[in-house]
Amino acid sequence: MTTTTAPLPLQAEPREDNYVAAGYGLKSWLLTVDHKRIALLYLMSITVFFCLGGLFALLIRLELLTPQGDLFESEIYNRVFTMHGVFMVFFFLIPSIPAVFGNFLLPLMLGARDVAFPKLNLLSWYLFMTGGLLAMIAMMTGGVDTGWTFYTPYSSTYTNSQVLVTAVGVFIAGFASILTGVNFIATIHKMRAPGLTWFRMPLFVWAHYATSLIMVLGTPVVAVTILLVAIERLFHVGIFDPALGGDPILFQHLFWFYSHPAVYIMILPAMGVMSEIVSCFTRKRIFGYKVVALSSLAIAVLGFLVWGHHMFVSGQSIYAGLVFSLLTMLVAVPSAIKVFNWLATLYRGSIKFDTPMLYALAFIGLFTIGGLTGVFLGALALDVHVHDTYFIVAHFHYVMVGGVVTMYLGALHFWWPKMIGRMYPTFLAKVAAALVFIGFNLTFFPQFLLGYLGMPRRYHVYPEEFQVLNVLSTAGASVLGFGFLLPLCYLLWSIKYGKKVESNPWDACGLEWTTTSPPPKHNFHDVPVVEEEAYDYAKREALRV
Amino acid sequence: MFEDFSLFPDAASSYASRVDSLYLFLCTMTAVASFGILCAVVFLSVRYRRRADRAAEQLEGSLPLEIFWSAIPAVLFVGIFAWAAKLYLEMYREPADCMEFYVTGKQWMWKIQHPTGQREINTLHIPVGRPVKLTMISEDVIHDFYVPAFRIKRDVVPGLYTSEWFEATKVGTYHLFCAEYCGTKHSEMIGSVIVMEPAEYEAWLGGQPASQDPVEAGRVLFENLRCVTCHDAGKNQRGPDLHGRFGETVGLANGTTVLFDEAYTRTSILEPKHDIAVGFEPVMPTYEGQVTETQIQQLIAYVKSLATDTGEGQQK
Ligand code: HEC
Ligand SMILES: [Cu+2]
Ligand SMILES: [Cu+2]
Repeated sequence: MTTTTAPLPLQAEPREDNYVAAGYGLKSWLLTVDHKRIALLYLMSITVFFCLGGLFALLIRLELLTPQGDLFESEIYNRVFTMHGVFMVFFFLIPSIPAVFGNFLLPLMLGARDVAFPKLNLLSWYLFMTGGLLAMIAMMTGGVDTGWTFYTPYSSTYTNSQVLVTAVGVFIAGFASILTGVNFIATIHKMRAPGLTWFRMPLFVWAHYATSLIMVLGTPVVAVTILLVAIERLFHVGIFDPALGGDPILFQHLFWFYSHPAVYIMILPAMGVMSEIVSCFTRKRIFGYKVVALSSLAIAVLGFLVWGHHMFVSGQSIYAGLVFSLLTMLVAVPSAIKVFNWLATLYRGSIKFDTPMLYALAFIGLFTIGGLTGVFLGALALDVHVHDTYFIVAHFHYVMVGGVVTMYLGALHFWWPKMIGRMYPTFLAKVAAALVFIGFNLTFFPQFLLGYLGMPRRYHVYPEEFQVLNVLSTAGASVLGFGFLLPLCYLLWSIKYGKKVESNPWDACGLEWTTTSPPPKHNFHDVPVVEEEAYDYAKREALRV
Repeated sequence: MFEDFSLFPDAASSYASRVDSLYLFLCTMTAVASFGILCAVVFLSVRYRRRADRAAEQLEGSLPLEIFWSAIPAVLFVGIFAWAAKLYLEMYREPADCMEFYVTGKQWMWKIQHPTGQREINTLHIPVGRPVKLTMISEDVIHDFYVPAFRIKRDVVPGLYTSEWFEATKVGTYHLFCAEYCGTKHSEMIGSVIVMEPAEYEAWLGGQPASQDPVEAGRVLFENLRCVTCHDAGKNQRGPDLHGRFGETVGLANGTTVLFDEAYTRTSILEPKHDIAVGFEPVMPTYEGQVTETQIQQLIAYVKSLATDTGEGQQK
């Protein structure tokens, strides 16, 4: 995208009035309504949650090094894996790309001064933090041991861990997600720059539009479900516990009605990032732009119709199982289409392998494996065997870590210079990308094999024949851990010592690159007017060659 | 650590090899697709790496191409769906001549009752080559009865009978795991399934302490709990005659019908007001809290035994 306000190549004069320098002191941050500062607040808070979740992951892998439970008691182990899941899912993955990059970039990409409701945006962050603090309080006062899925009647009647505090935390954080969704939808509808029609929007924006729809439509359902668990726990009203006249399978329906689409809350933004990076580093418009844009919406809609695939062995009717299985196979198609379109974008491109592109290429491979193993799980008779084993653990880590975290890191390395105005050490960044890729595969590939061998998930002690693969997995996890630590170090370092960058270090299209790095408080000095299609790299290529 | 290492689980039931074929097919598909994509990425990356003298060529999408590459996975996935669905339906529709075992899960053990009344905990002895059906229920939270070597699992839910069936094809001892997280000792809610030659199985049964036949135990309960006062096949009975009824369809007072099966019998005992049989007053009291899951299973076994008993025996 180019604008009439700036001639090619886009280079605005660096100015001192950037959003970071716009105010000093804690108060200027805690009371800010600037979407960019709120994005940074989110970035800092979810980094803390990611480290916590990661620490728990490390403990899990250490314990599973040996078949006996020699590091902790089962009681502790169960809390460790539950807290890992709760922090990673609700306090890292769900907010990750939307709350940090969505917040930072949507107004910039749309040529707006801020999101539609800046104060609501700040409120979202406070709600999120309240939820997060409650979860931490729960952790420090004993933790929860229900698994992040909170299955009833264990969670509502039997366990004596901190279910209520955690549930309230997740409930409140859910509202942050709903408000962010509302904010994004309003922003995309109402705040587009003159000339920026729907089909000129970057695919990142399309992905966030679809994501926001799911957040707004799905999150209330899980909020209500959690509330019902709390009511049953507190007042012994029979909702899910058959001993009180309730139905435990009802909980699973309600829970997965949200939690399956939640997978798309996580992966759709990652796909949006993918499109931005691939087009920039191949110097090409994304192949099949409209198809990629609309497939996001297709995923959002179809994603609401497949929740029952988590319940093929739960005692749900086998005919319901048939319907859910068929729909699950269909929801895999729009994702496959996206992969083919990204590949086609490489064709006749002009490819450069900067760090973000390395993450993008890793994403293609990992997401393909993650997606196709999803087909294993959607296939009824096969799911019967691998359900609730390490196979599914491996599958969703390929999607959540191989897909979402990889693209989160991709986004971080792509837009970091824009956010901070400085570049990170690029060689180190490439080393870290390689470590993440190798470490990740070594950690999770053996788990597919373990799962097919029959090792159930959430097992603290396990039969000896499963040890070899578990040792491999733990070895991989330590490499992966280094891969994550490295960016944390050099990105922090670069805030102070990184090389200063111009407004458009990657020579990329998109309105966010037309303003200074870091952007001024109100994003643009003049309202941009859009006259080009998205990803108009043809002109830049003509200049380059 | 390496002694028992393998990449494939034992295959010891009639579905095992069929699930494995599906798995291998999908593995092949995934390997071919991933390898294809890997090759494409490497090739394109090398071939189209940035050069100072060559500009990227802009290509707009192509609808035929989009349709083509949506159709391939769509057709493939729907085919896989059909293949897997067929097998799944077989897994959960048991043949008529199954040996019926009752399984009760509770934190953190498996209680098992043989068709002939023998009981065991955390081990299940079965004969090879005979279809076996497990009717399962939990006393507390949700568990899951999983035998990897048989490729079969199903949740064991409180308040609901679920079932699974299989036919063991290989003599041996196999893992039994609880596959649904159920609290502190979830990973110790394990056991073994011991598959024996039929003659050995008979010998094993004979060596077990003579425990009560479930039908007999159920008959005693039926008397002690005063079920007979209303369900005696005699005159002026207040409740329906239960002879020859199990497996038939019951007409309900609300105009619908329901199958007279384990679940229906269980509901009748615990929540008699739930389904009222047509032509009767809702006078049956609830036995909620007065009978254990095991006793309910015995009552069911007795009611079931009445299915082939026309009631003549009772009159004498
Ligand atoms: C006070 C009389 C009474 C007693 C005692 C009683 N029942 Fe019933 N039972 C009924 C009546 C009346 C019905 C039919 C109405 C209904 O479905 O609730 C019935 C229905 C049933 C049915 C469903 C049969 C059908 O045709 O639909 C079963 C099974 C049953 N009872 C089992 C038992 C068992 C087992 C006991 C003892 C633990 C028992 N009943 C004790 C009166 C009684
Ligand atoms: Cu799902
Ligand atoms: Cu369990």
